[in-house]
Amino acid sequence: MLQVKGISKTFNPGGVNERQALDGVDLRLQMGEVVTVIGGNGAGKSTLLNAIAGVYKVDTGSINIDAEEVNQLPEYKRASYIGRVFQDPMMGTAASMTIEENLSIATKRGLRRILKRGVKRKDREFFCDRLRLLGLGLEDRLTTRVGLLSGGQRQALTLLMATLNTPKLLLLDEHTASLDPHTAEKVVELTDMIIRKYQLTTLMVTHNMEDALCIGTRTIMMNDGRIILDLNDAQRKNTSIPDLMEMFKKASGFAMADDKMLLAN
Amino acid sequence: MTSSIWFGALEQGLLYGIMVLGVYITFRVLDFPDLTVDGSFTLGGAIAARIIMEGLDPWLGTALALVFGLGAGLVTGILHTRLRIAPLLAGILMMIGLYSINLRVMGGKAMLPLLRLDTIYTDVARVVASDWAVLGLGVLVAAAAAYLLYVFLQTEMGLALRATGDNEQMSRSMGVNTDSSKVMGLALGNGLVALSGAMVAQYQAYSDVGMGIGMIVVGLASVIMGEVVFGNRTLARTLVAVLAGSIIYREVIAGVMRMGLPTSDLKLFTALLVIAAMASPMITQKLKPGKTVERVT
Repeated sequence: MLQVKGISKTFNPGGVNERQALDGVDLRLQMGEVVTVIGGNGAGKSTLLNAIAGVYKVDTGSINIDAEEVNQLPEYKRASYIGRVFQDPMMGTAASMTIEENLSIATKRGLRRILKRGVKRKDREFFCDRLRLLGLGLEDRLTTRVGLLSGGQRQALTLLMATLNTPKLLLLDEHTASLDPHTAEKVVELTDMIIRKYQLTTLMVTHNMEDALCIGTRTIMMNDGRIILDLNDAQRKNTSIPDLMEMFKKASGFAMADDKMLLAN
Repeated sequence: MTSSIWFGALEQGLLYGIMVLGVYITFRVLDFPDLTVDGSFTLGGAIAARIIMEGLDPWLGTALALVFGLGAGLVTGILHTRLRIAPLLAGILMMIGLYSINLRVMGGKAMLPLLRLDTIYTDVARVVASDWAVLGLGVLVAAAAAYLLYVFLQTEMGLALRATGDNEQMSRSMGVNTDSSKVMGLALGNGLVALSGAMVAQYQAYSDVGMGIGMIVVGLASVIMGEVVFGNRTLARTLVAVLAGSIIYREVIAGVMRMGLPTSDLKLFTALLVIAAMASPMITQKLKPGKTVERVT
């Protein structure tokens, strides 16, 4: 489904702030596979998702979705394959527009927008059906401006919008990180439910080790712009959170040891 | 009554209101501080005046003003989206460039008088009482523009335009070509501005190369005053507020002029008005601690 081959990305090349965010990342996702991504700050998790989504072009390597190479496609065109939820609940919705207007925009993801009325009567029924899945009562507030909703409600709405037209790939970038623990749990539950219901191929970045091991069937760990660990379902079942932390320490520790060796030479 | 300055201000409020709708699209909907407006307003006036001077149909002149206004906005949009020129600078470049173009359109003259020539108003005055020609046409065109905007901003394309101004990142992730949206919004806005310029020039019976100076600030003042008085809870309400804001602005101007403020001080007065409107949320915030207020842009 998704095939990422040897992608690298350096920000501010040649400048004082030069930083290699991705260093030859290879990743393949099967259809319907749900993969969680963990790693420390600056490990390249968000950069990987943004590179796949087309926020910026990669320096080297290729990205394929199904048979199509999408490297050269601008972000808005890749959107026809990809649904996204961002870390910041404010990022995924238009605050000054109503819930139904936001959903209407989402129904047109990847489709041509014409001079037809955006929110039609039959759309409203469809929106209500989908909103009911969230169990937040938003189906009764179709004409409420999204800016009036709480962070958790907005994030749940963003999740719904990202999956309203079933995407080939769902990218979740720490989408529960800025919510309070209770709301975060609720949004994770919704995420799991939606992913299962529509059998979405998903790449989910999380800082929550428990979520990382519970959701989906595979977990990858990133450090210094590389994938340093790739656990399949069987391996994950035998892994506890402390194990995972230990692996992370060990894996990034090795990297440090490598640096020391380089310096010693 | 029809000759009073208040009535004149009402007429002007409607004619300039079409320009304010244009500023509303660029400044508020698209969140793009577009200074092209100063040039495209004059462009509209210049084109209409020239066409009328040439003895051609004033309706043709007014329609051409709209079309060339669209074109001016299109160029601003391309400067910004293709050449990546910052919004303010793109607008300033257009404003300066249009100054020369406007002079050329007016045949090198700084002013084109239209006295005793046929305008759209003299045409209408053949059908209705002449005192009401300007008001009637002003209401008709302003209401039509506001209604069409109301419908357009709820279409799929219109929603994409609004989303682009609200949240570009979200728009792109939803497959909206935000560059196209911006170009479209700027074209639409400047089209309305130029149409307003054409109607104002025919109303005052001359076009002047300086008639657009400060128009963006006038537009902004009107949008803000309208929103303060009438609110912006729904789209329909906002559009009505924008038009009403333009009328309020003209009435206020008529009032201060009646109180003896010289015409030459009007621009300073307008600037102070906008500053006061922009500062008011800050001042309210200072008075009521603990309440956060979004910055007015």
